[in-house]
Amino acid sequence: MKIKELIEKFDLKVLNEVFDPGREVSGGYTGDLLSDVIANSKKDNIWITMQTHLNIIAVASLKELSAIIVVMGREVDKDAIAKATEENITILGTDLTAYRMSGKIFESGIK
Amino acid sequence: MMEQEILYNKIFGISGKDFANAGSVSVKIKKILKEIGIKPEVVYRVSICCYEAEMNVIMYARIAKLNFTITPNEVIIIIEDEGPGIENIELAMKEGFSTATQEMREMGFGAGLGLPNIKNNSDEFKIETELLKGTKLFFKIYLN
Repeated sequence: MKIKELIEKFDLKVLNEVFDPGREVSGGYTGDLLSDVIANSKKDNIWITMQTHLNIIAVASLKELSAIIVVMGREVDKDAIAKATEENITILGTDLTAYRMSGKIFESGIK
Repeated sequence: MMEQEILYNKIFGISGKDFANAGSVSVKIKKILKEIGIKPEVVYRVSICCYEAEMNVIMYARIAKLNFTITPNEVIIIIEDEGPGIENIELAMKEGFSTATQEMREMGFGAGLGLPNIKNNSDEFKIETELLKGTKLFFKIYLN
């Protein structure tokens, strides 16, 4: 599934901008411990997390993740959004919990 | 042993507590490796190791130098910091053990995976530490 379709399907909020709407999302990773995400996420995964600070951007950039979804309507730090924009990383938001968001995405076929 | 030919060398500075730039050295190293055309699997492993080493400096040390070298056969990283040193290396190498503060944990650090992640993703790994002086971390990732 492409980022653009994912945003439409799950009514995700776009917190900065969508840098590559046609980018394919393959698989996902859910987690809040940065070392866990660094070690276990894969390129092009969608990352579901409740972390909102600047340091999530380096993780997404290093692992070439397709986008970050911040859950439970949490507000993302301004400096994190600025850094994400600088690094062409799309940050999305949802009011769902990490469990529900992950479940829905998994169910839609991104496994 | 014969001296290895050095294809590329650069030294980066990392400052303790500099969370605003955390990961930036790793991102730079990754870009250099990609530009040179190093294969993705190697870039991936170097990135993980550098990120963890960089975060350790930011969380625990005062200041560090990261020496990044590419030879025809390997990527060599040496990070030497001025800091508290590690009291018990055996414990620090254990997955899940961490001395991170509550504040760091809330930010998603302190999983106790830093050094294990470096060991698991490198081909050679060595750590030397002296209490109240600092820690020297050395790792290599083979290109083939």
